[in-house]
Amino acid sequence: MPRMLPEPTPETRHFWEGCKEGELRLQRCTACSDTYFPPRPFCPKCGGRDVAVVKASGKAILWSYVINHRPRPDMGTEPYAIAVVKLDEGPTMMTNITGCPQTPEALQLDMPLTVSFSKQSDDISLPLFAPAK
Amino acid sequence: MKPGSVAVVGAAETTKMGVIPDQSVIGLHADAALNAMADAGLKPSDIDGVATAGISPTELAWYLGIKPTYADGTSVGGCSFMLHVRHAAAAIAAGHAKTILVTHGESGKSRVGAGRFGASPSSLAGQFEMPYGPVGPPSMFTVPVLRYLKTYGLGEEDLAHVAVVQREWAARNPRATFKDPITVDDVLNSRMIAWPFRILMCCLVTDGGGALILTSADRAKDFPTKPVYVLGTGESVETPLVSQMYDATSSTAFRISGKTAFDEAGIKHADVDHLMVYDAFAHLPLYGLEDLGFCKPGEAAAFIREGNTRPGGKLPLNTNGGGLSYMHSGMYGMYALQESVRQMRGIAPAQVPGAKISVCQGVGGMFGAAGTVIFGNEKP
Repeated sequence: MPRMLPEPTPETRHFWEGCKEGELRLQRCTACSDTYFPPRPFCPKCGGRDVAVVKASGKAILWSYVINHRPRPDMGTEPYAIAVVKLDEGPTMMTNITGCPQTPEALQLDMPLTVSFSKQSDDISLPLFAPAK
Repeated sequence: MKPGSVAVVGAAETTKMGVIPDQSVIGLHADAALNAMADAGLKPSDIDGVATAGISPTELAWYLGIKPTYADGTSVGGCSFMLHVRHAAAAIAAGHAKTILVTHGESGKSRVGAGRFGASPSSLAGQFEMPYGPVGPPSMFTVPVLRYLKTYGLGEEDLAHVAVVQREWAARNPRATFKDPITVDDVLNSRMIAWPFRILMCCLVTDGGGALILTSADRAKDFPTKPVYVLGTGESVETPLVSQMYDATSSTAFRISGKTAFDEAGIKHADVDHLMVYDAFAHLPLYGLEDLGFCKPGEAAAFIREGNTRPGGKLPLNTNGGGLSYMHSGMYGMYALQESVRQMRGIAPAQVPGAKISVCQGVGGMFGAAGTVIFGNEKP
């Protein structure tokens, strides 16, 4: 079963294009310098429309998660973590954690993580995070 | 709204509760509505305002033959009914309607005449959460909790205690789905759903409904039921994405909604005799106790563990057994409201002796929305 994938909209296309090109793209407000996610064409802090797309460092820490023991059919048959990571730039995002067992022992809150991009289709690569080397 | 100027004069749940394969969603709404009208001694033609979620107020009004001057279709998840009560109070005060019916019905288990789940892949949730594998509330509403537990040095047994205490209440409620006592070990050994959540930390999935009828306090004395006054209300919305909560350890929407309601009612926490906190999962009462100001951040788990919320405790909480043990059709807020009304009428199965003020806190979505209603059985 193919994985449930996002359908980009005009307001989010730069983010998904970035993932395809191996870049994690956030947005920053020119007026108030707030860096935010998910994408939208204005700053959620001050309402300013003058915002720039910026490349994130790809560094994050594990913020919170559950290990889902009732796998969704498109996600395989084994338990997997549904995680929220906190990016170095400040925003949080939902993702999956790769490159380590999906266990409470291996998944320690605040552990450093690095983004990687998992190609799912010609249009969509998902930003996933693995323990930093 | 002036505190106490509006009252609940009709309140009822569906005739049946639990697994109801012979009634559709709209049928459950109607059954609850007719029961509430019977409670208040009213006919559909006496109702001039309608409010509901899950189905549209159009569907509700037409199905019951009501031609209203007021309709509210606010739909922000399981606390929608708290918002309906709030809006109804304002509408009655403004003269938009005199007698407002609020209904809920949901075929959560049997799925008779029910809509489908799922977010569009181009929605915010479809783009930024669904690709990572959540399967409904058990693997989404629970995502912030490890951060909460780590922040305050708590563990899974603190979640288990919540479920254990609520089962003590459920044991006193003949209509509760689960009544047998459970221990912390039972909870911690029950089936894993989404670490750290086990099945006994998750709500039931059942069928049912409920309805309320509100009118002005001046008219309330002409009804056959003991009036339950609305003393204060609050509401807020936060985010459609649980990953984007402003703070994983606290519901901003709860804080705004709760403070608004307490300020309007003009009461202090010490005045509260009875509390309902919508418990879709075992962490909700912890967040609720803290975000409403009954406990300091991180202290709710100890408050529950020490017995303050159990039968005989100083702050009886979720006295119907809650979503964890009583019932949960999907949008549980209506059942929390029903229990608050029963407690204020003095007719609850697990009645809190002498209770005069009840706070009823709802959550919508996955920490997406909040609604608060403060009831009293004495006119201020």
